Amino acid sequence: MKLMSKYLDVEKIKEDFPIFQRKIGNNQLIYLDSASTSHKPISVLDSISNFYKLHNSNVHRGIYTLSEEATTLYEESRLKVANFIGANDNEIIFTHGTTESINMVAKSLFSSYLKKGDEIITTNLEHHSNFVPWQYLSKKYGLKLIIWEISKEGNLDLGKLENLITDKTKLIAVTHISNVLGTINPIDKIAKIAHKNNSLILIDGAQSVPHTQINVKELNIDILAFSGHKMLATTGIGVLYVKKDILDKIDPSSFGGGMISQVTQEDSMWAPIPWKFEAGTPNIEGAISISAAIDYLNKVGLNNIHNHEMQLSKYASDLLVKIPGLQLYGPNIKSGIISFNLGKIHPHDISTVLDTQGIAVRGGHHCCMPLMKSLCINGTTRASFYLYNTFEDIEYLSKFLLKVKEVFK
Amino acid sequence: MDSNIYVENILDHYHNPRNFGKPEKFDIYRNEFNPLCGDKISVFIKLNKNIIEDIKFTGNGCAISQAAASILTEHIKGKDIEEIKQYGEHQIMELLGIKISHLRLKCALLSIKTIQNALNQ
Repeated sequence: MKLMSKYLDVEKIKEDFPIFQRKIGNNQLIYLDSASTSHKPISVLDSISNFYKLHNSNVHRGIYTLSEEATTLYEESRLKVANFIGANDNEIIFTHGTTESINMVAKSLFSSYLKKGDEIITTNLEHHSNFVPWQYLSKKYGLKLIIWEISKEGNLDLGKLENLITDKTKLIAVTHISNVLGTINPIDKIAKIAHKNNSLILIDGAQSVPHTQINVKELNIDILAFSGHKMLATTGIGVLYVKKDILDKIDPSSFGGGMISQVTQEDSMWAPIPWKFEAGTPNIEGAISISAAIDYLNKVGLNNIHNHEMQLSKYASDLLVKIPGLQLYGPNIKSGIISFNLGKIHPHDISTVLDTQGIAVRGGHHCCMPLMKSLCINGTTRASFYLYNTFEDIEYLSKFLLKVKEVFK
Repeated sequence: MDSNIYVENILDHYHNPRNFGKPEKFDIYRNEFNPLCGDKISVFIKLNKNIIEDIKFTGNGCAISQAAASILTEHIKGKDIEEIKQYGEHQIMELLGIKISHLRLKCALLSIKTIQNALNQ
């Protein structure tokens, strides 16, 4: 019997995504790599095309109709993003993606907030984008980077954090959802511990904002970074949310057009927030695509998407664990991200065989080398889900993993 | 060329690699690593003037990287090092006899890269 989602009409949703009309070889596309990037609904694609057909011009520059329209669309997108995460629009900075968001705020914090001798806590669960900037800048500026290590099950233990945090801790940088293990971290509790100790908290929301409702005020998050392309929008657009009172205190880290109010030969004054953090012509169509993506996500309902993915995740864990020789990683309760190894078969060999059946999964270290080291492995194969995935997709995966075993027997 | 890369010959070399192991005597040693995949290859070469008298390898990684090392070490024994230094993608693809996608090319070429770096060092 075909299992149907209790929360979403997936067949209807799939019709909105043109990519599912194509074939991979002779096979239907089974896309299980949304943690890497998501596909785009037609409404998002149309929003970009409409922008170029009807409103194309630069923002905040020209005093003519097209520029006013482009500026309005761009700033409306900012407001929509702000509402989506419960922020104010002057706390939303458009960037090129999560990586740039973290790098940008890291440089600003190091140049105008953090001091030599301060401590930063991050975890060994992080994607390199929320690890390498802190490692590099801490070394360069003489700060101490402390690693909060995960438990065997792949969870972060709050008791351990209480032991690591000191009065020198100025920042805790942690992912909301692990891109490898699917671990969902208790952000609200981490934020409480951080603030009790006068530390800021930065959240890598790349794997959470597209999949679950987040309210930065309720969770009391100081800094949040996420990407457009993982939430149905295009590549090259990302978001950096920073609390207003912090934004007012820190310097920009990128300089040029658009971010100034006045420039003389001797000195420059910055534009008000958030614009002082947006140097150069921004990714206008990217911002517009995020707006269309949020409309689509709101229409479907983020809670429905989250519940649907939790169901898929449980179903996948239960089904895959039955395959002899298959090892699952991560905690029992996880988001729609499943990592595994199948005997000694290399993840890239698994991916290649699955691709011959139209199944797209990710294999490798997933930009998490410290995590791989802590798990004593070189990599995993990862299947990740989104609103367009079905129970059938997981059954296909399970069926063809048996074929992989057959090839490498 | 077969569209399936896991043909019998490749799987045979993967499961039963030839020239595998560290020899007691060798003249040149080199190891290389493919960070994207985690594939690792070490080569141990014994020379007789300009001729590769013996070559062995160790390593771990995907089927393509390991099978390619096995096939290549078998092929180059007794050959002149100047000839091996000229090998490129074309020669390796001919030896493997399979069609490798752009993304997996690094796996297939890791062993020749390791050998050439060993000979050039």
